[in-house]
Amino acid sequence: MAEKKQIQVPVMADLASRGETPEVLFWVGCAGAFDDRYKSVTRAFVRILEHVGTKYAVLGMEETCTGDPAKRAGNEFLFQMQAMTNIATLDGYGIKTIVTACPHCFNTIKNEYPALGGNYEVIHHSTFLQNLINEGKVKIAGGGEFKGKRITFHDSCYLGRANNIYEAPREVLAALDADLVEMKRSRANGLCCGAGGAQMWKEPEPGNKDINVERAEEAIGTGATIIASACPFCMTMMADGVKSHNKEDSVQVFDIAELIAQAEGINA
Amino acid sequence: MISNILFLIVAALGIGLFVWQIRKITRNINMGRDKKISGDVSERIKTLLLVAFGQQKMFKRPLPAVLHLFVYVGFLVINVEVIEILIDGIFGTHRVLGVLGPVYSVLMAINEVLGLLVIVACVIFLARRYVTKVPRLTRGAEMRAWPKLDATVILVTEIVLMLALFAFNIADQKLAQLGGHTLPGVFPVSGPLVNLFGSDVSTLTVIAGIGWWVHIVGILAFMNYLPSSKHFHIITSFPNVYYTKLEPKGQFSNVESITHEIKAMLDPSYVVPPAPEGTDPQKFGAKDVEDLTWKQLLDSYTCTECGRCTSVCPANLTGKLLSPRKIVMDTRDRMEEKGESPLIFDPAKYTEESERVKATEERTLLRGYVTPEELWACTTCNACVESCPVNINQLSTIIDLRRFLVLEESAAPASLNTMFNNIENNGAPWAFSPSDRFNWADDLYTVSKN
Repeated sequence: MAEKKQIQVPVMADLASRGETPEVLFWVGCAGAFDDRYKSVTRAFVRILEHVGTKYAVLGMEETCTGDPAKRAGNEFLFQMQAMTNIATLDGYGIKTIVTACPHCFNTIKNEYPALGGNYEVIHHSTFLQNLINEGKVKIAGGGEFKGKRITFHDSCYLGRANNIYEAPREVLAALDADLVEMKRSRANGLCCGAGGAQMWKEPEPGNKDINVERAEEAIGTGATIIASACPFCMTMMADGVKSHNKEDSVQVFDIAELIAQAEGINA
Repeated sequence: MISNILFLIVAALGIGLFVWQIRKITRNINMGRDKKISGDVSERIKTLLLVAFGQQKMFKRPLPAVLHLFVYVGFLVINVEVIEILIDGIFGTHRVLGVLGPVYSVLMAINEVLGLLVIVACVIFLARRYVTKVPRLTRGAEMRAWPKLDATVILVTEIVLMLALFAFNIADQKLAQLGGHTLPGVFPVSGPLVNLFGSDVSTLTVIAGIGWWVHIVGILAFMNYLPSSKHFHIITSFPNVYYTKLEPKGQFSNVESITHEIKAMLDPSYVVPPAPEGTDPQKFGAKDVEDLTWKQLLDSYTCTECGRCTSVCPANLTGKLLSPRKIVMDTRDRMEEKGESPLIFDPAKYTEESERVKATEERTLLRGYVTPEELWACTTCNACVESCPVNINQLSTIIDLRRFLVLEESAAPASLNTMFNNIENNGAPWAFSPSDRFNWADDLYTVSKN
């Protein structure tokens, strides 16, 4: 029986006060918490966590920036301040496993926190979703509403080249039984959306084209009606790029978690 | 006898000069900061075999990969013949390895086929530079007169060396034929051309002599040209690949001195360990070549200027100033300006090279060679690192230079300073109130299917 139900997102401080520990901590990230578009990815992912019955929690107000944009911009001091603050919070709760829908948070916590004393198993949501599908916890009977739709996946640099995760998001999309098409530059040869390295927070340097316009052109060229992404910055850049080609009515950008939640019919 | 002595002198001079130049280059690389790169020996050897010996990453682009493979294998195999030439030259013997019998025959046959393939490859490479004008080989601010001349010198030299070898083999065979005996070895390329130079014994003797001397003196001269050239990669690519960063590409280096500083700030009883000798503990990031690590400097001496990095750089592709290849080449030029120059290439000797630097303040690597505009165009996407056939890490140098701009000069673009302030004040890179951080969870509904 399908019924509409409100989700009370479990907060780590509450769990701790009850002496409980979650299986996994969902690291929401700043984009996931503040960016209007990406909040819907966060909400979709929480619906999936609820749907499969994972015991999870979020830090809520206790979460702060991982320091990724500061580190990429060269501000190592600010990065380490952020990292040490976060490590103190995470260790205070005895967190062992973290899942996040942001490749930048993922890369920073997984690869750069250990040198500062923070050691966790960190999973990107693409891998997490892949596991749920492989374990049969998410079934998407008959492929759902995206069956046969032409979808192209845009590789995030911080997931792909930075951490060699190319197949997980593609396997997640395969569950949709859609018509997956690759851009000419994909996987290790994927073209950046233009937002990495703290570019998200500044105007591009002088040039003859914006990187996201170039990349959106390539994505649109595949004939896909959906551009799938797995990164908040890629999502913003690709959506803006599509808009610059006046294609926002025919080509949409979705995160893989949104597609799965939608196909699984758990959005309300 | 005289020719033996002459040969010995030439060979000794050539090798001595080469060692002297290698020591200069080593001193330049040692200007860099000390960084211990160790561990994972089996992983490193695997990378060395795949990427350096196996040319794995070259094959992302099949045509140049196959052509380069001809030249590379030709270089390795023909070196066996160089050993023979050295022995013959010193002891006055003639084709001394002929005693190997069938092995020698096979070796000579492979040598000749490869020699021909080297010529074919080099001619096509020249065509790619001068006829089809492959963009990554011909365009870009860093592709000035010297790098272009260098590439041409290398290709022409290799063709001449191979032609000299064939001339020697042709004349040598004809001489043997006229003398009524056969040479050891099988010669599939020069064999059919045995009558090319006629049958005058004295002419043939001179041609064989010239061919032989041009080949060996050419090799010695070319060896001494290497340190001035991108062709130096035939030596440096092996150590450079062995010392590849094995951590995930997204993992940027940790600045330990900052870790100590923050720990001391948070805990007054924290004892900061003394900085390693010879380093300036107060300097964050890199302003000049000696602030980079020896590996980053070795990177520069490994660069073949092939431009794969720049051709995949999203910033460069969209018309920004950044070119990862330029940063690597700038690092090498700056090193040789500040340290020691190899024999042939001295940046100061080329007006174009010395004039191009328009530094208003100190002429360091940062600002003197690499401008902040180039550095701020980088998206840290790692496409350059991924594309490099000899595992140069262009990004690590870009980040170290950025660190100096931000930490020592507070010279980040204003919008990035705003982002820094937001993180410090709100815990997020945007100007949102921290109290709104959990608002996303309000009114969140799902369809329960249970």
